[in-house]
Amino acid sequence: MSIDENTAARVAKLARIKVEPEHLPALAAEFNTILGFIEQLSEVDVDGVEPMTSVTPQRLKRRVDEVTDGAQQERVLANAPDAREGFFAVPKVVE
Amino acid sequence: MTALNTLGLAEARDALRKGDVTSVELTDACLTEIEGAGTLNAFVHNTPDIARAQARAADARIKAGDAPAMCGLPIGIKDLFCTKGVPSQAGSRILEGFLPEYESTITQQLFSSGAVMLGKLNMDEFAMGSSNETSVYGNAVNPWKVDERKLTPGGSSGGSASAVAADLCLAATGTDTGGSIRQPAAFVGITGIKPTYGRCSRWGVVAFASSLDQAGPMTKSVRDAAIMLEAMCGHDPKDSTSADLAVPNFEAALTGDIKGKKIGIPREYRMDGMPEEIEALWTQGREMLADAGAEIVDISLPHTKYALPAYYVIAPAEASSNLARYDGVRYGHRATLTQGDGITEMYEKTRAEGFGAEVQRRVMIGTYVLSAGFYDAYYNRARKVRTLIKKDFEDVFAQGVDAILTPATPSAAFGLGEASDDPVQMYLNDVFTVTVNMAGLPGIAVPAGLDANGLPLGLQLIGRPWEEGDLLNTAYALEARAGFVAKPQKWW
Repeated sequence: MSIDENTAARVAKLARIKVEPEHLPALAAEFNTILGFIEQLSEVDVDGVEPMTSVTPQRLKRRVDEVTDGAQQERVLANAPDAREGFFAVPKVVE
Repeated sequence: MTALNTLGLAEARDALRKGDVTSVELTDACLTEIEGAGTLNAFVHNTPDIARAQARAADARIKAGDAPAMCGLPIGIKDLFCTKGVPSQAGSRILEGFLPEYESTITQQLFSSGAVMLGKLNMDEFAMGSSNETSVYGNAVNPWKVDERKLTPGGSSGGSASAVAADLCLAATGTDTGGSIRQPAAFVGITGIKPTYGRCSRWGVVAFASSLDQAGPMTKSVRDAAIMLEAMCGHDPKDSTSADLAVPNFEAALTGDIKGKKIGIPREYRMDGMPEEIEALWTQGREMLADAGAEIVDISLPHTKYALPAYYVIAPAEASSNLARYDGVRYGHRATLTQGDGITEMYEKTRAEGFGAEVQRRVMIGTYVLSAGFYDAYYNRARKVRTLIKKDFEDVFAQGVDAILTPATPSAAFGLGEASDDPVQMYLNDVFTVTVNMAGLPGIAVPAGLDANGLPLGLQLIGRPWEEGDLLNTAYALEARAGFVAKPQKWW
């Protein structure tokens, strides 16, 4: 499986990372090196093996479905690059 | 009298309780050392005011007869831990200016136990790296030096390793996703333990790969590791994977008696091209444990070879999901936008500016292996291989093996800039440690000798799940026989 520049551009888009067109060939080459290393996994016989979901066999704890936290608007917004009138501010999303 | 900053946790604790020294004195000694060690670039955010206030409070507690395990002991905190009101950037530009409104569970537990925070420690960006060269703060430097080159302290907990080895603090926190506590500990000649997955709460620790990440202590001795690990462990309702198990008294487990313990030597860890010195050290370790009365057995962990490639599917996949939160909206860096830029451009520019090259690479690899059409071939296959890796360990533990002895790293510390060109070559640093994260087991690196150039080398012991006490005791017996006392000569 070889990754070309178009695939590299598509992955960058999916990951929401801007990559300049002139950097795409080098990026594709790096992907190919890493995926070549990962390719070894195809040698392993995994027939009938369950994919791991949890490394320690434990049942996730449950708790009563009730509000335990909240009303911390100021602290939630304290680190925002742009917060106005109690909201996170972003560029226009809907025309 | 010994310089106070060179003390370990146990010695300092005993001196504090006897009234021979105060926490303020210990803390000032460390703060002075940190001031003079800028070249090492280990501490990246100093918190002298917090440290002095915590030290005064600790002295008052000790005076009042209330001295919990870590009371008055000055330590460093890896930048990955969120500390309230103190920069917590995970070594990344994207978290520039972020001041957490909350305290991570682990740092909170350490502070409740009386620990003193000297500052935040350098690390690879988002803990992705094995040489501390991907940090936004620049490289951390190994205090060990044998020629004109500056050496890496390893990674990702490179600042923690450098600071403890250079006696800038008594101990430090680290985190370990594929070897990030044990590899740097080995590179600087200190002890580092990664506990069983679920022992330490991950709440408030910036996430890299959630199914692999565990925090642990990096210390000057096995006894210190036992003391600090106990203060860090425990159930936390805020981390759904945190184990609701009692935390034993780890220090009390240190009897040094390992007679009749079965130690496994996995044949698959004998790698092609492994330096003779590593091979020789491994043989010596085996002899030391046999000398302590352990039974040494050869074992097989057949899927070892596939641990690293499976890791480089699973860890980037989880990272790509975890790091999706850095969108320039809620915290940290946001790119300056130009006329007409919409929200997609904001995301793309922010993440391109905020993430370094290695982080971008891993996020995109993770995106690829999770994308439609490749999910089964890569991600699901890697998770199946992970099941097999874990089963390898379960099989040998079922045969009565108590612990497994391996080298900690495939080499001694290398020069900064010598291995950064080829990402896959860099990944091989974790070849002996990554299996342990994949299987969720506890693992400890113990300094065991010096190479021909005089650089430290470490051995790794891997234990049964939840049996950190037993593992620490085996490490204690190994430490006693290895008798590693070498220290770096001060040049910084």
